[in-house]
Amino acid sequence: MADSEAYITGIGQSEVGVRLTRHPLLLTVDAVKEALDDAGLTIDQIDGVSTYPGRMPIFLGFSPIGADELIDALGIKPTWYAGGGEISSQLGAVVEAVGAIKQGLARHIICFRTVYEAAALSRPEEFPPMRRDRVDGGQQWTAPFNAISAANWIGQFAMRHFRKYGMTREQLAQIALTDTANSAKNPRALVREPLTMDKYMSSRMISEPFCLYDCDRFTDASTVLIVSAGDALGEVKTTPVRVAASAGTVERYSWDQAEWVAAYPTGRDLWKNTDYTAEDVDVAQLYDGFSFNAVTWLEGLGFCKVGEAGDFLEGGKRIALDGELPVNTGGGQLGGGRLHGFGFAHEAVVQLRGEGGERQVANDPKVAVATSGGGPLATALLLAKD
Amino acid sequence: MANRPLPKLDAVNRDFWTGGEQGELRIYHCGDCGTWVHPPRPVCRNCLSENVAPEAVPGTATVDTFTINHQPFMRDMEVPFVIARVALDGAPGVFLTTNIVNCPVEDVNIGDKVKVTFLQEEDVWLPLFEKIGEDA
Repeated sequence: MADSEAYITGIGQSEVGVRLTRHPLLLTVDAVKEALDDAGLTIDQIDGVSTYPGRMPIFLGFSPIGADELIDALGIKPTWYAGGGEISSQLGAVVEAVGAIKQGLARHIICFRTVYEAAALSRPEEFPPMRRDRVDGGQQWTAPFNAISAANWIGQFAMRHFRKYGMTREQLAQIALTDTANSAKNPRALVREPLTMDKYMSSRMISEPFCLYDCDRFTDASTVLIVSAGDALGEVKTTPVRVAASAGTVERYSWDQAEWVAAYPTGRDLWKNTDYTAEDVDVAQLYDGFSFNAVTWLEGLGFCKVGEAGDFLEGGKRIALDGELPVNTGGGQLGGGRLHGFGFAHEAVVQLRGEGGERQVANDPKVAVATSGGGPLATALLLAKD
Repeated sequence: MANRPLPKLDAVNRDFWTGGEQGELRIYHCGDCGTWVHPPRPVCRNCLSENVAPEAVPGTATVDTFTINHQPFMRDMEVPFVIARVALDGAPGVFLTTNIVNCPVEDVNIGDKVKVTFLQEEDVWLPLFEKIGEDA
């Protein structure tokens, strides 16, 4: 093969909202169509599909559309496809597609993540909620203690960081403040009003040290990335963005046995697979389902030392659009919506192409990092415009 | 805190969830290499021996970290309350997620010494912990 590298050649996104009524399959098709138009491809050129976590009947709002359903609905004839939850987190679906491309198993792969949690919760008759009679698997070690939400689990890691390294709520707030300052400039973002420090500090607590604005909220949307083979780039019209490196790890898959979150080993591993270093990164899209996840990515990827993120975030200037390391330029999940990981890779491509409009960072960024997860499992992608 | 989701009991987890009936906190222990295995599994995660069995541990622990939950994530959830991760004495490397009970929520700190107390709900004895000492 002339070029065994994998590239993101098309991106698409549906309407992003809360309690949408458009069917989740149609949201997915909206995002697919936009990505195909973007790349200049047609559906009959698509020969692969990859998604996370696949269709989940236990809670349809979390993942209402499986790879099989999309393949059938669009008449795709895949030579390779995958959809599953036991991978290194949401963007692990992109890592799998990259692997398939590099093995020559497909030429153009649609990677997607469709979320419908807000809509499903608002229409329980259509999307019945999970039964909670008895819990098993990993949940049994937390749920009986009313540790129901990931806010409770990630909150404990955040509390330890606060106590051990002296991080303050004002420092942590810079993630939410930066996200919403950026999302106000993103026409598709969920939150269009920048948050203020006063509003943050006076909001109600959810699970200490997290207040309301440290937690993302259920969103309905679909995001699509097309991953293509290097020797198929002649078929696309966009500026391809190379997947220069990836890493995905799992700490112990057990919230209470893992020493730390998986962002740390994943961040460390990312740099083993490339000649780039953290200093080469022009823009960083750091998973922030909870604000503190972004903190662990800042440290895990080596943008600052472990325990020093508080100082790094102080005042928010370093991570602003015009700062030394612009973070979450589209608004992240706290501002842009809970697109569940895929929004970060989408926004990284927007920035590398220079298509960010009002939120575009200056100086023609060449290298971006996009991450997902950060609890017991995590994924990092390094994207480069060659 | 009524209305807790309860674990589904099976052959491997039953000793952990019912040991409280005899006042015992039971953790799987490898008879060959001495590793404490939690969550309980019928194989040692260190030496792959199948010679593992539940064994009572002292029931004291140290708070590794915690959060104060203020959000009623389910109906009838009384807030605030403390969710903590505790490091068990006598079972190196094993942590439990639990609640710290019988003290004001603001009194809990990392490093606090705590002791198990069991709460029976149906056929399950939940190991909760209460403070027996301050941060060392």
